[in-house]
Amino acid sequence: MQNTPSTQSSLAEVPSGEVATIVSLFGGNGFNRRLTSLGFTPGAELRIVQNYGHGPMIVSIRDSQIALGRGEAAKIIVQRVKE
Amino acid sequence: MNACHSANPSETSYSLSASHKFPVIALAGQPNMGKSTIFNLLTGLNQHVGNWPGKTVERREGCFTLDGTTYNLIDLPGTYSLTANSPEEEIAREYVLREKPDVVIVVISAANLERSLYLVSEIVHLPVPVVVALNMVDVAEHEGMKVDAAGLSAALNLPVVPVIATKAIGVRELIRTAAQVIQDGAPLVPNKPDIRQDVAQAIQAVEALIRPYVPADYPADWVALKLLEGDTAISRMMKELLPPETWETVHLILRQNDDAMVVLASGRYNWINSIVRSVVERPKIGQISLTERLDRYATHPLWGVFVLLGVLGLVFFFTYTIGAPLQAWLNTAVVNRLADTAGILLASSPAWLRSLVVDGVIGGVGMVITFLPILVIFFASFGFLEDIGYMARAAYVMDNIMHLMGLHGKSFLPLFLGFGCNVPAIMGTRVIDSRSARILTILIAPLIPCTARMAVIAFLAPAFFGNRAFWVSWGMILFAVLVLVIVGMLLNRLVFKGERSAFIMEMPLYHIPNLRTIGLLVWQHTIAFLKKAGTIILIVSAVIWALSYFPQGELNSSYLALIGKWIAPVGSWMGLDWRLTVALLSSFPAKENAIATLGVLVGSGAEAGLANLLAATYSTATALSFMVVTLFFIPCLATVAVIRQETASWKWTALSVGMFLVMSIGVGTVVYQIAARL
Repeated sequence: MQNTPSTQSSLAEVPSGEVATIVSLFGGNGFNRRLTSLGFTPGAELRIVQNYGHGPMIVSIRDSQIALGRGEAAKIIVQRVKE
Repeated sequence: MNACHSANPSETSYSLSASHKFPVIALAGQPNMGKSTIFNLLTGLNQHVGNWPGKTVERREGCFTLDGTTYNLIDLPGTYSLTANSPEEEIAREYVLREKPDVVIVVISAANLERSLYLVSEIVHLPVPVVVALNMVDVAEHEGMKVDAAGLSAALNLPVVPVIATKAIGVRELIRTAAQVIQDGAPLVPNKPDIRQDVAQAIQAVEALIRPYVPADYPADWVALKLLEGDTAISRMMKELLPPETWETVHLILRQNDDAMVVLASGRYNWINSIVRSVVERPKIGQISLTERLDRYATHPLWGVFVLLGVLGLVFFFTYTIGAPLQAWLNTAVVNRLADTAGILLASSPAWLRSLVVDGVIGGVGMVITFLPILVIFFASFGFLEDIGYMARAAYVMDNIMHLMGLHGKSFLPLFLGFGCNVPAIMGTRVIDSRSARILTILIAPLIPCTARMAVIAFLAPAFFGNRAFWVSWGMILFAVLVLVIVGMLLNRLVFKGERSAFIMEMPLYHIPNLRTIGLLVWQHTIAFLKKAGTIILIVSAVIWALSYFPQGELNSSYLALIGKWIAPVGSWMGLDWRLTVALLSSFPAKENAIATLGVLVGSGAEAGLANLLAATYSTATALSFMVVTLFFIPCLATVAVIRQETASWKWTALSVGMFLVMSIGVGTVVYQIAARL
């Protein structure tokens, strides 16, 4: 796995099967707190288990699978890791 | 492990403020870590389910005896962290701080070590002895992972006991370790995550400022930490306690460190990572788990819907093929026989007393109790689907549709429960995080036609529509669901101003169902339902009976009939005469009363004859209108009571009742006026 070159985007735009690392969260305070306690901290690596481009998506992070609404995923900025 | 009653027959062991008569062990843990399994294993039926004071969060408490000592066990709500993101998290930490249990057992999962250690990294900041239960070591081993419990214990400087809760392995050892900690009195001082220099300094600065004002139960450094994290509950508390100028100073420090929350969480995870690296052998990367393979279908946008429909179809199938005959049997073999026996026993007593017992009490409460088989099967199906991990998938698949109403997937689960009975549906809205989404779900949930209302439809449809009855019944269900979506959309726009709560939900691993957990769930729901039937439904049944009996001793000239005739003009908009109006009113204690009342009002004799008699008396348009009005009329008494309980607000309860009253009259009028012209 190489970390360069890579691009930043919202989590909602990352297709199924790709791996990305979290750059920042920009929801409200409560939203960010909920996500960080689930392991969504800057630098954490996640894998997109399912993203059909519409509706909710599933990501695998820190050994657990978390479902996120599309609006929620759009508030998470990630660095896409090209394999 | 004996039942604690045999060891010490004490009633007070359940009481909230039992002044530490027995040692108190609190169980903490994130959701899906097997915490409930451990709780159920230890306490069995020696448990008491209630609510946390002032909150609609379930509180489970129980007791058990091991090695001659009886312990009180408190099951804290499942929480991902101890920051006040939800009522559950606030309850868990307030309990630990204020009630001071003798020891807290934190349940973590070996298969999900990193995330589950997060709660441990928060709890070590609280002044309470901690024992770690390392659960699911079998699941982890199955995935190729092996966790070194002794290494973990050394890294945390806390006792760690490996357990397999589903197979009852290691649980005695766990309790003995906790007992040892209680006995020793001087618990280990756990290792804590490092905090980045600048944030640590900010915490110290805040702590120095607030120290004189912090309430006795709260450690000042912990309060300072929570302030830096932007914790809403702690911020509110300290804002009230601090002099305004001190709060200003504190607030300034907080604003200068507005990234502290992310820094602290990252710091905890870094700490956890370094521990995990030293105690775990990772599984091979790229190994695709069974859960992921099943989810390719279960959460697929298209196949997932089919899987859901199939699962729901099966639940309905079981409920009606097994439940309906049992219900009929209960009605004839138990309720009717009871009524006959009571009638004979009371033969020499006054007619009003006989009628009160036979028609009022047995007729009302008995009718409700015949619903028990259907409810038990429904709860069991639900417990099963929940326990294997499927319900999270159902919520996920329904997320898109729920969005139309400003809700998200989680609201689907209680709504589906509503097809069985609206009462558990409304209680089931507890899974929804945001209050406005929860209230909205509570308001629309009674639009789901429950089994009782479907019983009325199923009785009337064949009489009026012959072999098209099946399609009419299905049409009614679809119509109700359509109205639900429309009402949900309107309420969301008008009352909740399009608010949306975040959809963030863990998808647990699929696992083998635990019959003990499901059995206890069914048992507790059943007991709660029977209690309700025995109290509030009993009283209202008696009141309705009195209205229908006095002053002349017969229904046609009773107060109820008087009321029915008085409001008959409204009924006439919907094509209903006073008898149908009275039938509708009498359906308030229990929906299926409508048929019984019509039996008395329209014609005496068996119900088989009643259907034909009704068909001869009323037009098809009237029948259609009556069925629709039955669907949308004020929810039954038990539902209204539980709406009040769960919203903790008379305003929302009144709004709900008013909304259904207006809607049933409105929809009934429209349906009748159109049908009468066709």
